[in-house]
Amino acid sequence: MAHAIDTHKGAHGHSAHGSHDGHHGHDHHDQEEMKTFGFWLFLITDVILFGTLFATFVVLRLNTAGGPTGAELIELPGIIASTFILLTSSFTSGIALLEMNRGNKKGLILWLIITALLGASFIYLEVTEFIHLVHEGATIGTSAYWSAFFTLVGTHGLHVTVGLVWMTALIIQLSRRGITPVTKRKVNIISLYWHFLDVVWIFVFTIVYLMGVM
Amino acid sequence: MANHNAHSGHGGHEGGHGSMKSYVIGFVLSIVLTIIPLVAVMNDMFSKQVTTVLILVMAILQFAVQLLFFMHIRDEKKPRFNLIALIFGLVIMLTIVAGSIWIMTYNAVAT
Repeated sequence: MAHAIDTHKGAHGHSAHGSHDGHHGHDHHDQEEMKTFGFWLFLITDVILFGTLFATFVVLRLNTAGGPTGAELIELPGIIASTFILLTSSFTSGIALLEMNRGNKKGLILWLIITALLGASFIYLEVTEFIHLVHEGATIGTSAYWSAFFTLVGTHGLHVTVGLVWMTALIIQLSRRGITPVTKRKVNIISLYWHFLDVVWIFVFTIVYLMGVM
Repeated sequence: MANHNAHSGHGGHEGGHGSMKSYVIGFVLSIVLTIIPLVAVMNDMFSKQVTTVLILVMAILQFAVQLLFFMHIRDEKKPRFNLIALIFGLVIMLTIVAGSIWIMTYNAVAT
């Protein structure tokens, strides 16, 4: 036991906290890890949520009720642009994480801002696309196909929007508190969320758009 | 113990949460895996069935790239609760999707 505590202190390397006992710090660390696990569980439920929406969409993909079909109205160039924007933002959120591990607060905030801006342009393109579709006569009430379409794509867009609000709040918190174990865990979690949304979008892109125009 | 020590060096640890190199590789792979299905679909290179399988495989590989290079699923410590929870979620998700498609196949609008 004594040996274990010794190694622990050695690893941490600051004797000021030594008397404080390594175990407290360890518990705290465990708790942050617990919270990250909790977030994974949330992501799992989100996988199931999107799974049901994808199932609905696939089942209803031919039920256009004589109205416009996806193939007629989908404009691929805008979708391709938003796909690459989201892919890039997934990468920049990763760089933000690297900057954080290096202890560079300014770099971390900068890359988070870039990620958020890319996310915002994704949302801008999506809203433009939805407006275009509605003008062409495809609303959420037009047919089962468009109901499924707007629910699936809109739920993803809503997730990205929530991510943007969350990221903005986190940037403010980081600029006030700096990189602490708590903000560190929060950045880790939001970057997991962001990568996850990227994955969901890849499937939206493949199943809704690419298969839609095939 | 070794595990614990590896995790304590908070200051300047390199491994564990990816490096610039792994992020760049992941990014390049994800771009390539997006361009392949795009080219295949836009040029009508293969039959419909082949294209469908191809782009779905690309999407699944893309998922794997994000998990391995960006979400660091490999770096998790031994009781791999995150991975197990993920697999569990995927099983439910696939059951819902495949089950729905199967049930509704003969109920689809004829084209």
